[in-house]
Amino acid sequence: MIFAGILAGGTGSRMNIADMPKQFLDLGGRPIVIHTLEKFLLNERIDEIYVGVHPGWLTHMESLVEKYIKVKRECVHIVEGGTDRNSTIMNIVDAIEAKHGMSEEHYIITHDSVRPFLTSRIINDNIDAVLKYKVCDTVIPATDTIVVSENGENISEIPVRDKMYQGQTPQSFQMTLLRRLYEELNETERGILTDACKIAVVRNQPVYLVQGEPSNMKLTTISDYNIAQAMVGGNFID
Amino acid sequence: MINYIYQLVAPGAFAIKYEDMDFGENVVIKPCYMAICHADQRYYLGLRDQQVLNKKLPMALIHECCGEVVYDPSGTYKTGEKVALIPNVKGCEDPVIFENYASDARFLSSGSDGFLREYIDLPLDRVVSCGKLMPKLAAVTEFVSVAAHSVRRFSVISHERRDTIAVWGDGSLAFVMANILRLEFPESKIVVIGKNSRKLSYFSFVDQTILADFIPDTFSCDHAFECCGGEGSYYAIEDIIRYIRPQGSVMLMGVSENRVAINTRDILEKGLTFVGSSRSGREDFEKAVACMQDRKFQKRLELIVYEDEKVNSVGDIHRVFQTDTQTPFKTVFEWGL
Repeated sequence: MIFAGILAGGTGSRMNIADMPKQFLDLGGRPIVIHTLEKFLLNERIDEIYVGVHPGWLTHMESLVEKYIKVKRECVHIVEGGTDRNSTIMNIVDAIEAKHGMSEEHYIITHDSVRPFLTSRIINDNIDAVLKYKVCDTVIPATDTIVVSENGENISEIPVRDKMYQGQTPQSFQMTLLRRLYEELNETERGILTDACKIAVVRNQPVYLVQGEPSNMKLTTISDYNIAQAMVGGNFID
Repeated sequence: MINYIYQLVAPGAFAIKYEDMDFGENVVIKPCYMAICHADQRYYLGLRDQQVLNKKLPMALIHECCGEVVYDPSGTYKTGEKVALIPNVKGCEDPVIFENYASDARFLSSGSDGFLREYIDLPLDRVVSCGKLMPKLAAVTEFVSVAAHSVRRFSVISHERRDTIAVWGDGSLAFVMANILRLEFPESKIVVIGKNSRKLSYFSFVDQTILADFIPDTFSCDHAFECCGGEGSYYAIEDIIRYIRPQGSVMLMGVSENRVAINTRDILEKGLTFVGSSRSGREDFEKAVACMQDRKFQKRLELIVYEDEKVNSVGDIHRVFQTDTQTPFKTVFEWGL
């Protein structure tokens, strides 16, 4: 089976515009997380969708699903998020395996709830890639030169830009492989390895690259949010 | 959900419009295959009048499309069911006027966004099931429906002596038109008159093909279908008036950017009926799908449908439009965006 895991566990807004986590802010008339959720719901290859939400916002998320989701609502499951990104993913994996058991045939497409401009093409490419390669990451080529500084004062290195990519989501995994990789980490590694694909990389598990889109941006700051509002003809925030 | 709409903003230039799609009463379809029409190509290449371009762009092109239903609140269509999409947006109900000629009707890809979108939502009656038809053929259902519409009107308007029906033109429209005439009037002699002998050679299923420059003086027909358009319209109409028998019906189907002078003296003398036929409605789509179930019809259509590589990026959209300028008939492509 193929599952989507939407990561909506954050509580901070970083936008200084509301106490509400940014995935619940309005974008063109509906919450950001709803836009993201609907894109997965329309994909016929995805069997079920799990949304990882901070315990304090579970009821709110349930209300949003009740209010807005008209397509395959029965396929949406809301689970408690963890203390960080990876623990939220693992909570989702636990919930899936509790219902459907462990299987080599289970795959999960994980995605940031605050990337509502995801396209069906990216989802399909992730599914194709994860079925073939077991792990894949969505990226776009870096357009700016990447500069490395070890001390924050001087340049240590300027890598060749042609080899640089910016990571997006979805990140997709064969679920049993993801669980094995995660359980092999010690507590220190779990604290450092905040990116799920990095867990695979440090264990020498090949991670296939899926082409993302510049528009599949993460809405993190007020300016991101205003750009997104402008893109869908919504209201700006000063 | 934020939907991607791929609009032509200027000839040869696309930009993405992001639009919130609500899930209301409409059917939501994931487009699978699309076909390029001459009308799309004229916008893409900037061959339309500048004032028209200023008025209509930005706009998503493409009005020939089939897809899979992903959401239907009415339950009429199953999820995953293959459907053809009707680009005509109906105006007020009118018991006399066909829906495609209603003054308050609209047409997607001519003034409103066409089907070059990530997802498409349409009213229930703008979707027609196309069964197990192979997608690359289902993509041209709209094109076939235009010919079906013309035959429907012809059947009502023309007198019943239909011994010889002639089609002027050797392009895609003439090909489909001749195919439907073959199916609908098996007893009639179907003659196709064109300029290009290589293209005429595809019309193996008709009774006779004639090069337009060498029409025998002895030739005549009871009725005629003009499927040329453009610069060819004048010469085709001129020939039709010359060779058609008295009280024949002439179905005009080709689009011309310029005004065409016609020999009204002989039209009057012969008592001819000229009928403008354009676009189609739901009934024509259903007829088209029915015609396309015929195995021979399918096999013939396959001959004129060139399938380009799948479209996975805006760059690929440019590629298929460029490919279309090189193909003699129809260009279709799988839609991966």
